[in-house]
Parts: sequence; structure tokens; C-alpha cells
Amino acid sequence: MFLATLKAECELEVWDCLSAVSDPELDEPITDMDFVQSVEVSEDLFVRVEFRLPTYWCSPNFAFLMAFGIRSEVMALPWVRGMTVHLQDHCLGDEVNDGVNSGRPFHEIFAESCGGAVLNEVVETFMAKAFDRRQEALLLALRAEGRSDAAITAMTLAALKRVRFTGPEELRQLPRYLELLAVKGLAPGGDAPAFPTWDGQRIAPDGLQAHMGRLRSTRINMEFNGALCRGLGATRYKEVAIGPEGPTLVDFIAGRVPPREATDAGR
Amino acid sequence: MYKTPDGKEIFVLDGHVHFWDASPENQANVHGKQFIDCFYAYHTNLSPEEQLWEKAKFEKYSEEDIYRDLFVDGPDDMAIIQTTVLRDFYKEGFGCLERSHEMAKRHPERFIVNGSFDPRDGEKALEYIHWMKETFDIKGVKMYTAEWNGGSKGWALNDPAAYKCFELCDKLGIRNIHVHKGPTIIPLSKDAFSVDDVDYAATDFQNLNWIVEHCGLPRLDDFCWIATQETNVYAGLAVAMPFIHSRPRYFGEVMAELLWWVGEDKILFGSDYAIWTPQWLVEKFWNYQIPEDISAERSGVQLTDAIKEKILGLNAAKLYDVDVEAMKTQLAGAPVQIAAE
Repeated sequence: MFLATLKAECELEVWDCLSAVSDPELDEPITDMDFVQSVEVSEDLFVRVEFRLPTYWCSPNFAFLMAFGIRSEVMALPWVRGMTVHLQDHCLGDEVNDGVNSGRPFHEIFAESCGGAVLNEVVETFMAKAFDRRQEALLLALRAEGRSDAAITAMTLAALKRVRFTGPEELRQLPRYLELLAVKGLAPGGDAPAFPTWDGQRIAPDGLQAHMGRLRSTRINMEFNGALCRGLGATRYKEVAIGPEGPTLVDFIAGRVPPREATDAGR
Repeated sequence: MYKTPDGKEIFVLDGHVHFWDASPENQANVHGKQFIDCFYAYHTNLSPEEQLWEKAKFEKYSEEDIYRDLFVDGPDDMAIIQTTVLRDFYKEGFGCLERSHEMAKRHPERFIVNGSFDPRDGEKALEYIHWMKETFDIKGVKMYTAEWNGGSKGWALNDPAAYKCFELCDKLGIRNIHVHKGPTIIPLSKDAFSVDDVDYAATDFQNLNWIVEHCGLPRLDDFCWIATQETNVYAGLAVAMPFIHSRPRYFGEVMAELLWWVGEDKILFGSDYAIWTPQWLVEKFWNYQIPEDISAERSGVQLTDAIKEKILGLNAAKLYDVDVEAMKTQLAGAPVQIAAE
């Protein structure tokens, strides 16, 4: 009994830590995207994580980044003795799994498997996009409150932390934004401007409009991916909710209706 | 021909359709199966429910199906068939020039069939371009830079071997180069990040028109920037179109960006048939307006009737030297043939 409880707690802890791994292209936690399929902790505290992506063709760069992200988050848990990551149903699944579970340095494997792409550059590219998206959510909220461009561009980090946001998107993005500011050292101290560019430049009051145009472009790209990925994932793994009236012809065509035995067994 | 609610007739040239055979008999391996499965997921995910097809029909549809869906039930006047060979995945190829041509020759006034080539074939690619021009008098090609070829998982438009091919296209008058720059459905790091190669190729081949299919989504900003710099770069709307149904505000944001950066004369409608059918896309498009707040962010750009007419057909007609008035007359004299069943 004790073992079963412990195992369940450990597994919960793994699920929690996996929310720190984001799909690099979407900047959404892989747990929110339903990419993580299963987590298992054995009695001797070895962890096995299975994950899957919306299509067989999803870019291997992203698959590698997520697989190694999973590995480093899980290995950071103090009680974990070892772990394996398993990417399912992917055209380069074997390469990803062999790579991530080999214990060799990530940058080596990444360069070999992703056409010579340089890991740091790829990571940097996606951090910049994530930064833009998080920042835009806050800027839009501040503008919606009626703050002027001058007030927004002059806002300090300390002042940003005092703002009482109410919308779900800005509440979600604020800690994520602050985290990236800290990682990149973009706002050293409470007096520093809260909204620098990713390159560390200040934004002039009359430059905010153009800056936000750029952030919008970043968001449009990321939303395209997000909408496709969620939809394709749901279609691929047939998890579309069937309405209260029961399955319709559409559900049968799309193969969403599970065999009866499976439905009963799940109850 | 799309007839607007107030009776105006709009010429529709569908810039992006396929005639594929992805049936299990033609699949060469698991990649072939996964490829069409992925297309089918696009279809089921982004279509209105009443437009869904059964899988078997989606894998292989008939000559009658394509004619009816585009021209009888659908509003297309003409359609450009894009060739996508995928010879590593399909025994006889996925969407092949010869097969499309066989189908299209029953209705030559309706179809423009584009070719395709793979620059990695070297001399053979050049011979093949000659052959396509002489045999089918192609006016354009579809480039699939993410296509696998033996050990290679892709190529770039500015590879030296590709430049030799484009030089030949220029010489032979194959002026329209459609390039797939869309969602990453093929594992290729180059394709995952970049539309830069379009920039190089468009600068170096000013006589050629570069139609970027799927308007570079999900790299719309990079694409817009390039398209603004180059006068010979166009945006194809295939795959962006169905968002008009599932996420209309989002579609408005994409259109606002394209109108602002690329401009109304350089955007081309494409249904991406058989992933989607043109009937519902065109109808929704004609009745669509960019939401006011989104439009205001881009100086009030809006999809007026005149702009929609350009996007639906007039822009593509210019690229393919189609005399719209003459074609309207010709088609009016030869209305769609409905097979007796």
C-alpha cells in the first residue's frame, strides 16, 4: 500500500515537472498540449516517460528539444535514479529515442540528427519568439487598461510586478515573461525598464506601435502552429469529445467511435 | 463562376489543386501511409462537418469527382493542378504529371497542369524539364523542397543545382514557380525555419514569378518581409483558407498582414483540393470581412469586392496569361457537363 501511494506521488511529481517543458515552436507546456502520454515510476525509482506529437512528420528538431527537455527536468528531481524517454509514432522516433537515452551530450546528437543545426541557435530562436509572445500579452493588457505608450515604455520592472492583472492570458504570461527576463538578464534590478526588446534595446514611446506590429507577427505564426497542432493531435489520436447525443456520422467517418468493449472497460 | 448574392459573376481560378492517388495499393511504405493520413487529419480537422469525406474516397478520388467538385458543385472556372511526386513514398507517385494530364485532357479549357522536378537529379532534371515543356507545354512547376530523395531529406531553392534548373525554366518560358513553404509536415530542419531561399532565388531570377504556397505560414512575418522586397513574389492562400471557418478572426489577422505587406495584386486563392473543396471556401470568402479592430491595426485594410475578385482569379490569370473575358465567353459556350448517372 505504501509503495503504491509513493509511486502515485512520484508520478504526480513527474507530471508537474513536465509542465516546465514547452513545445519550442508554440511556447505552450507539453502537458497542456497533451503530448505526454504516460509516466511510470518503478519501485527502484526509475522513470519512463512516453510522449507523442500531432503528426508523424513534426520537425525532429522540436522532437529532440522536447525529449531532452523532458530528460533534464525529470533528472533534476532529487529522488530519480535514472530515466528513459520514448517518443511514439514519429518518423524519426528511433533516432530521437536512441539519442536522448544514450547519455551522450545533446548538442552532439542534435547536430548529427538535425542536418547540422546548431542547438544553441535553435534554442535562442525559439526563446526570442516565446519572449515576444509573452511580452505582447502584457502590453495588450496594459494598453487595454488605457495606459499611454509613454507610460508603458517607461514602466519599471518593480512597477510591472505591482500591476494587478485580471485577464487569464496576462495572468498566465506574467510569471513566464518574468522568467525569461531573468534568464536573459534583460531587466537587472527593479528600476530597469520592464519592456526591453529581446536584444536588450529600450523601446521609445513613439516606437511602441511598430514594436507591437512585430510582436503580432510572431504571435500569428505561433497561433497557426498551435491551432494546427492541437487540431491534428486531436484528430490523430481521436480524442474529440463526442456530443451528448452520442456519436454522429461524422464521428464514425473520422474513426472517433471507440469499440464498445474499450468504452466499458474504461468505466 | 461564383455568383454573388447580388448576381455578379466572379471568375475563379483555383491556384492550387491536386489529383492524387494515395490508395494503399500505391503506397510504397509506411511514409506513404503517414503522409496521406496527415492530409486526412488536415481535412477532418479544418473542414465543416458536412464537408467530410470517407477515408477511402480521400485516398483516391476519380476523374468525375474532381470535375464535379471543382466545376459543377464548386465555383471554379479553371484550376491549376500542382504535381507532387513523392516517389520515395508512392510506387507510381502521389500526384503525377502524366496521370493529371490524362485526366485534364478531357477538359483542356478547365485545367492548367504544372510540372515538377528535383534539382538533385542533376543532368536528368534538366532533361526532364525539356521533356515536360516539349510534351505538355507546362507554364509552371511546383517545387517541394522538403521532398526526400535517397539519403537527402531536402534541398534549398538557392542550391547551385537548383539554379541550373531555374536558368533553364527561364530560357524555356516556364515562368511560374510555385514553392511549398508551409507547415512542417516533412522532417527537415531547413524547411522548419526558413523562407530565406525564396529571397535569393527571387532576386536572382527576376523573370520568374515565385508563388509561395501556404504564404510561408508559419513563417508569415519572414515571408511578408521578403515579399515586400521582391516584386516577383506572390502569396498562395492554400491551407490559410480553411481557417476562415474554424478560426475566422485568425484568418482576418493573416489577411490583414498579407494585404498590408504583400498587397492585393499578389495574393492567389487556392483550395488545396482534395484536402478542401472550393465551394464552401469561396462562398465564405466572398461573405467575409476582416474584423474592424484587426483592420484598424493595419491602416484599415479590408477585403473589398474588387480585391476579392483579384484574389479569386484575376491575379492568377495574369500570371498564366489567361484572357479572362475571352475565357468567360468560351466557358459560357461550353457549360459544365454533368454526367448522366
